Amino acid sequence: MPATFPWLTTLIVVPLVGAALVWALPGAARRFARPVAIGVALLELVLAVVAALSFDTSAAGTHQLTETHAWIPSFGVSYAVGIDGVGLALVLLSVLLTPLVLIAAWREHPDVHDDGLPVIGGSRIRTYVALVLVLESFMVAVFSARDVFLFYVLFEAMLIPVYFMIGSFGGLQRRYAAVKFLLFSLAGGLIMLAGVITLYVHGPQGPQGFLVDNLVGHLDMSVSTERLVFLAFFIAFAIKAPMWPVHTWLPDTAEAAPVGTSVLLVGVLDKVGTFGMLTLCLPLFPEASRWAAPVIVVLAVISILYGGLLAIGQENLLRLIAYTSVSHFGFIVLGIFAFTSVSVQGASLYMLNHGLSTGALFLVAGFLIARTGSARIADHGGLQKVVPVLAGTFLVAGLSALSLPGLSTFVSEFLVLVGTFGAHKAAAVVAAFGVVLAALYILLTYQRAFTGPTPERLSTLPDLSVRERWVVGPLIAAMLVLGFYPAPALDLVRDPATVTLQQVGVADVTPTLASPSDDGSNQ
Amino acid sequence: MTTALLLPTAMAGVTEATGAFSAAWLLVALPMLGAAVLLLGGARTDRWGHWFGVLASASAFVVAAVVWVAMLGLPADERVVDLHLFSWIPAGAFSLDAGMRIDPLSMSFVLLVTFVGTLIHVYSVAYMAHDTSRRRFFAYLNLFVAAMLLLVLADSYVLLFVGWEGVGLASYLLIGFWNHETPNAVAAKKAFVANRVGDLGLIVAIALIFATFGATDFVTVFGASGGAGEGVLTAIGLLLLLGATGKSAQFPLQSWLGDAMAGPTPVSALIHAATMVTAGVYLVVRSGPVFDGAPTALLVVAIVGAITLLFGAIVASAKDDIKKSLAGSTMSQIGYMMLGAGLGPIGYAFAIFHLLTHGFFKAGMFLGAGSVMHGMDDTVDMRRYGGLATLMKITWVTFGFGWLAIMGVPPFSGFWSKDKIIESSFAMNGGEGWQPWVFGLVALIGAGITAFYMSRMFFMTFHGKARWSDGHGGGATDPDAPVRHPHESPGLMTWPMIILAVGSAGLGGLLGPTGIFTSWLEPVTGHVEEHEPVLSVPVISVVTLVLVAIGIALAWRQYWSAPVAVVPPRGSLLTRAARQDLYQDQVNDALLVLPGQVATRSLVYGDRTVVDGSFAGLARAVMGTGSVLRRLQNGYVRSYAATMLAGVVALVAIVLAFRI
Repeated sequence: MPATFPWLTTLIVVPLVGAALVWALPGAARRFARPVAIGVALLELVLAVVAALSFDTSAAGTHQLTETHAWIPSFGVSYAVGIDGVGLALVLLSVLLTPLVLIAAWREHPDVHDDGLPVIGGSRIRTYVALVLVLESFMVAVFSARDVFLFYVLFEAMLIPVYFMIGSFGGLQRRYAAVKFLLFSLAGGLIMLAGVITLYVHGPQGPQGFLVDNLVGHLDMSVSTERLVFLAFFIAFAIKAPMWPVHTWLPDTAEAAPVGTSVLLVGVLDKVGTFGMLTLCLPLFPEASRWAAPVIVVLAVISILYGGLLAIGQENLLRLIAYTSVSHFGFIVLGIFAFTSVSVQGASLYMLNHGLSTGALFLVAGFLIARTGSARIADHGGLQKVVPVLAGTFLVAGLSALSLPGLSTFVSEFLVLVGTFGAHKAAAVVAAFGVVLAALYILLTYQRAFTGPTPERLSTLPDLSVRERWVVGPLIAAMLVLGFYPAPALDLVRDPATVTLQQVGVADVTPTLASPSDDGSNQ
Repeated sequence: MTTALLLPTAMAGVTEATGAFSAAWLLVALPMLGAAVLLLGGARTDRWGHWFGVLASASAFVVAAVVWVAMLGLPADERVVDLHLFSWIPAGAFSLDAGMRIDPLSMSFVLLVTFVGTLIHVYSVAYMAHDTSRRRFFAYLNLFVAAMLLLVLADSYVLLFVGWEGVGLASYLLIGFWNHETPNAVAAKKAFVANRVGDLGLIVAIALIFATFGATDFVTVFGASGGAGEGVLTAIGLLLLLGATGKSAQFPLQSWLGDAMAGPTPVSALIHAATMVTAGVYLVVRSGPVFDGAPTALLVVAIVGAITLLFGAIVASAKDDIKKSLAGSTMSQIGYMMLGAGLGPIGYAFAIFHLLTHGFFKAGMFLGAGSVMHGMDDTVDMRRYGGLATLMKITWVTFGFGWLAIMGVPPFSGFWSKDKIIESSFAMNGGEGWQPWVFGLVALIGAGITAFYMSRMFFMTFHGKARWSDGHGGGATDPDAPVRHPHESPGLMTWPMIILAVGSAGLGGLLGPTGIFTSWLEPVTGHVEEHEPVLSVPVISVVTLVLVAIGIALAWRQYWSAPVAVVPPRGSLLTRAARQDLYQDQVNDALLVLPGQVATRSLVYGDRTVVDGSFAGLARAVMGTGSVLRRLQNGYVRSYAATMLAGVVALVAIVLAFRI
């Protein structure tokens, strides 16, 4: 279905042009760098919403808004973009979070900081906002890529802006964190590269030999080769996701990175890992996916519990949020590899909801840290009385992290658990203990930071400003709306889940008792 | 003898909502709106926020009354009404609509929650008058009521779960309302976490229900439950029970309830009477069709109830803190309800009936306790009360009504509801085997202990000599006696207490012996032939009353006729254990908290050293020497760019090699 207007290319190009514009601002105009960048990001948001309107949700399982152009035909590489419902959800998440991150980073004074604080200001802000816009472009592109090579290039290219966003603008350990992030990612990327090449060799080749649609079902490789190539992709994605035991880069990164970077990194970029598993690993390597699934399910369950326990034991708020994400990514991977239509829908929805929830949590944590000057939880206390709105938004974001019903994360976590239960009872039951751990790590943190007596030095902190309220407000509103009325999001992920199961070649589980109403619905 | 069960729920058929029933969504929406306005409105609503909260709750009661009248206008077999709301989770194989189940069972709860809830709202206007955050308090009260109404009105297990956790959230916010004191914040967290352990059971139960029936709505599940195997139904039943033990503070998840007294007293009244702890009983009775096919699970429900009713009663007998003693009492009374529910269809209606009467007398006594605290400068130590009867006459009389009701003294409400549970316990299992004797005796002994601890509380508070001083030579002569200025509470507090006292006195006699309540619930619980207990009913009644009399007499001898020691005596082994809540926290600490902390600490250490350490080692090995790594860390940006460039060059080279 060729699009009449190249929406996706537009969405990829606009932030890039914006970044160039911001970068090229002449001396006197540089103080407008941030407003210009915010304008570009808001324009991008509007464009994405308009593009979404031309997306036919009744056919969410097929890729739409597609564009295909030859890029390096001699290597079989095309510029091919298109999105199905899952891709659209993640593109919308990216373009929603980007302006919020830019608005949140609005601090006019202090430049850099030797106190380990992720504070960005002064003249270098121009570079930072330009990098954010570049990253936005790459994020939209990677969720749209329909060519494996293009996907790979973007997968690697995304590292560059993030690397600088951490290494130049982060806190005390920023260089160490940036290098660690880069090394882990590059290691994964190199393994994946080997897989990409093998894929092409065993595919139909020709000038469009890297197109996903040409590769799916047309790979001529032995079972063992398929498994090796699968692993090459999976390891890269597992590092990105991040899964236990290749998660250790994330806490260090989150601790050192500016919170805005963490929002985009954990909220969106890491989803490339689970998105890759869902849209590349499963369709391309169905046999290997089924072969590896039992082990991956176990790893996912370990991630859930391990991330939860480690979060409980953290002293640093940002590291804590990072570990909660390890736990949540465990749920996403579990849902994907449980291979039931319900669990896969849950996992897809989880990718969107986790972005909203963790985004909000990181942002509010950032507001808090900017006020108290410390990310150590023990340096806080009794703040609910001093900054009630900040405390309230932190609690709501935290409640969404513990998947409280009424907030959108509940629907996704619930679907993952219920869907997984049909296929792997033990895994689902053990994973469900994650909900108890989540209650502990969130409420323990709230207790330590916001309740009890208020230390004198914290008793005059200002509450959230209007600007800050406008940053978290939309996220909380989105979580509430999608919690009580998740249908619009489910409409996007329902059909893709069915398509994925067909590609993997797994029949959906059916209830042990046939439902008396045989229409497959509850009522 | 087998149970003659007619008219099981699912067969009764479900009527589509019309007329007044279509407005039932307002029941949840109105208090929810109240909460939203008060929370989002902020300080602007401070001036009138509390009355707005009262209005939200009261208008929900009005809607409830209108729906109730509409239901009374329907023939009994059409009183199970379903109000379809919207498509909530359309996830393909899992497709769930949000809807409301409006039937005699849910309406019993709705009327109780909105009526008692509204009275507690009114009381709180005065009780919280001096609290600067009164508006926020009312927002949470409204949220609590809304969540509880959603819980009982949901027409599927998943929507029920939303209310279920919503109740948990509201209780967390209210127990920790004064969380500038760390212990209160800890108590709030403890309540939520203990509840989450139960919720884990409910989540897995729902997963098993979906895997079995392919649906989670009551109509489908109950309609098909007859076709499911006993093993599956037993598993579902036990998992539901785990959820119920968390929310209803039943053994072994009871430990949060005593600490939950950290909340302002009206919160305790709300938690113990109307919202929250009754939810577990609701869940079991609502799931009757599941338990019907799972006798083992039902037996476990009865065992849990029996253990808890003794556990709570023993704890209540030893506590000197009036609120904690009442908390033990609630545990014990909910234990009675669980025991009733565990008897199966013969007990469902009595469990709910006792829940209803308990809602009145327990709310009344908690509000009474709050009134006493109000007059005694927030002291909760009963050893420093005494002789308040003449100074707080309304509180004394209304509390006295609750006291008589909970002990089951005829003709007060508790007599009609609790005796029915005791009788039915003696008729358990069709009156055969060991069960009727064991459960019957437990219920009987519990009645005696109840009389003891309630009389102890009543006498220590209102009778005997004053153990406080009024500062002008009145009261205690003891020079250490604290100075208090007991006085009756204002009308906004006493009127709710008076109304609840009237209910404590008359509700049971109105609905019990007339059979009104059991036949009202029949569309849900089915019609049940009464069984012959192993002892004849008059014998049971007489023995119960004798035990109650002994309990009162013992309490009178120790806490009225003799002076009450202001310092608690050392007490027997059992007393000392009961003061420590039978070591529940110590057991939990040893079994769960400590191992959890050790695991967390060692994992944090291992994550640094083993998991991350092995990658650092790998990196060093790859780089050859540590110095390279160090140089990399110094941030030579160009070297990374070069690394990546090298990667791309290598890539192109490899691709070319393969093409050629």
